[in-house]
Amino acid sequence: MTRVTIVGAGPAGIAAAHVLTAHGLSPVVIDEGLRPGGQIYRQPRPGLRLDIEALLGAEAENYRRTHATFANLKDRIDYRPRTLAWAIDDRTLHAIQGGAAATVDFDAIILATGATDRTLPIKGWTLPGVFTLGGAQVLLKEHGCLIGRRIVFCGSSPLLYLAAKQYRAMGAEIVAILDTTPLATKIAATGDLMAAPGTFWRGLGYMAALRRAGVAIHHGVQLRAFDGTAGVEAVRFRASRGEEITLPCDAVAVGFGLKPETQLAELAGVELRYDQVYRQWLPHADADGRCGGNVYVAGDGATVGGAQAAAVTGTLAARAVLEDFKIKVTGIDRARLRRQVARLRRFQRGLARAFAWPMDALRTLDDDVMVCRCEGVSAGELRASLRADFGPAEVNRLKAITRCGMGRCQGRFCALAAAELTAQTLRLPLEAVGRLRAQPPVKPLPLGINLVGNAAAAGLDGTSAPA
Amino acid sequence: MNGRLMRAVVSDGAPLRILVDGVEVQAYTGDSLLVAVLAARNALRRHEFSNEMRAGFCLMGACQDCWVWLADGQRVRACTTVVAEGMHVVIAGVPGFPLP
Repeated sequence: MTRVTIVGAGPAGIAAAHVLTAHGLSPVVIDEGLRPGGQIYRQPRPGLRLDIEALLGAEAENYRRTHATFANLKDRIDYRPRTLAWAIDDRTLHAIQGGAAATVDFDAIILATGATDRTLPIKGWTLPGVFTLGGAQVLLKEHGCLIGRRIVFCGSSPLLYLAAKQYRAMGAEIVAILDTTPLATKIAATGDLMAAPGTFWRGLGYMAALRRAGVAIHHGVQLRAFDGTAGVEAVRFRASRGEEITLPCDAVAVGFGLKPETQLAELAGVELRYDQVYRQWLPHADADGRCGGNVYVAGDGATVGGAQAAAVTGTLAARAVLEDFKIKVTGIDRARLRRQVARLRRFQRGLARAFAWPMDALRTLDDDVMVCRCEGVSAGELRASLRADFGPAEVNRLKAITRCGMGRCQGRFCALAAAELTAQTLRLPLEAVGRLRAQPPVKPLPLGINLVGNAAAAGLDGTSAPA
Repeated sequence: MNGRLMRAVVSDGAPLRILVDGVEVQAYTGDSLLVAVLAARNALRRHEFSNEMRAGFCLMGACQDCWVWLADGQRVRACTTVVAEGMHVVIAGVPGFPLP
């Protein structure tokens, strides 16, 4: 039997597993999470009195369907939760599970690794109380917890409005929503956004409901600083008319769209190509997620497309595996699914314009602001290194010299900003300064995995421990 | 001391106790270590290369900002670690193993 491994048990991974099991295969499904669902469809932990479907609103139906699908197939797959896939070497995936090392040999691998928040260094963004926007939602869905009591939602993302609505429903005070993209830019993106009119109107509905509830919404702001000493106490911003405003708060959720987790794809030998709209490097794949070398990508880890697109691309990638391994495919209308993906991705490209990555903010970023949270490397240190004689002309060299991107997160939260700063300082196009190469292990591993091999000694979460 | 996070709904999970710098903190079965500590405290750790306090950031196992020391010398990622009775988080530092 064809041995297929799927990495990720979010909507893309679950859809892929569904197609494969329906055709008689029994894939290995590796997931770092405790329970299936990924970030978007995180389940409340057992015993939590949270009405997740009420919280999810319009997304509840997809949530329910995704989890029902998983429940139906879980006995036909080799499901490995709390397992970190940390490297791919030829046709072998390296993982740790319960603190012990494991390898999985495969004939084909579907990478449905998802995404994290795209972030931007801002003065004070390392203060306690500043969390990513996606993280704020995850905390609410899984633990029924709010990141604080009086919260500013800021950045540029359609999720600002959804998250604020959810937080408000759960009792948080929404101090304000600060969106860095001007309203005019949003209006200009309407054409592409009409590719998914239902989602578009729903988004406008969230905005209107928040306004009716008296929540202040500012478009076209420049985020100046998150102020505070022991933790965040206020957000300072410049409003679109030019005045400086300070809003007291005890927590901040910040996000600028998503950043695909492409590290495993890169280690598997997939070519990454620069994408002009997202200003990111993305795995190069055909319309079905085929990357060559028996590697397939699906979901937001391939190209940000949202949960619906993730499920469809998971289906297409699994179908491509079946086709490539000469297994007869039934019940999948590929042409229709491809049209659906194209439409949803057009919508996401519209979103990427309507909620733009404000890289120009980096031009005025103060030298003392930390760009690399892990290693504590400031914008000034990066600029000084870049301006020095014989200074680096691409980001991997910059990393070698400054340690920016060398910490435990492996550049997940600083690499984009470091690349933009490099391009700006050297007056080069962004694609000319390269991207930080992925390195195994893609996340920290416990030192004792092979020696000890039990969870108690190797880190209590079982998936990782400090390097 | 007031915690940073606010529990918006009740948990049916059995209450359990952990220690933070030797002081008892109430948690619930099913909490992540991050939730358990930050429901009662302001931060999780001191950053190695500055004097800053950190309290996590991405909350989904990617940024690695929420690593904490346990009193037995282990370090664990608080947002993906399930809390267990008697866990002892050391924010102030382990005796004989000074933090910067």
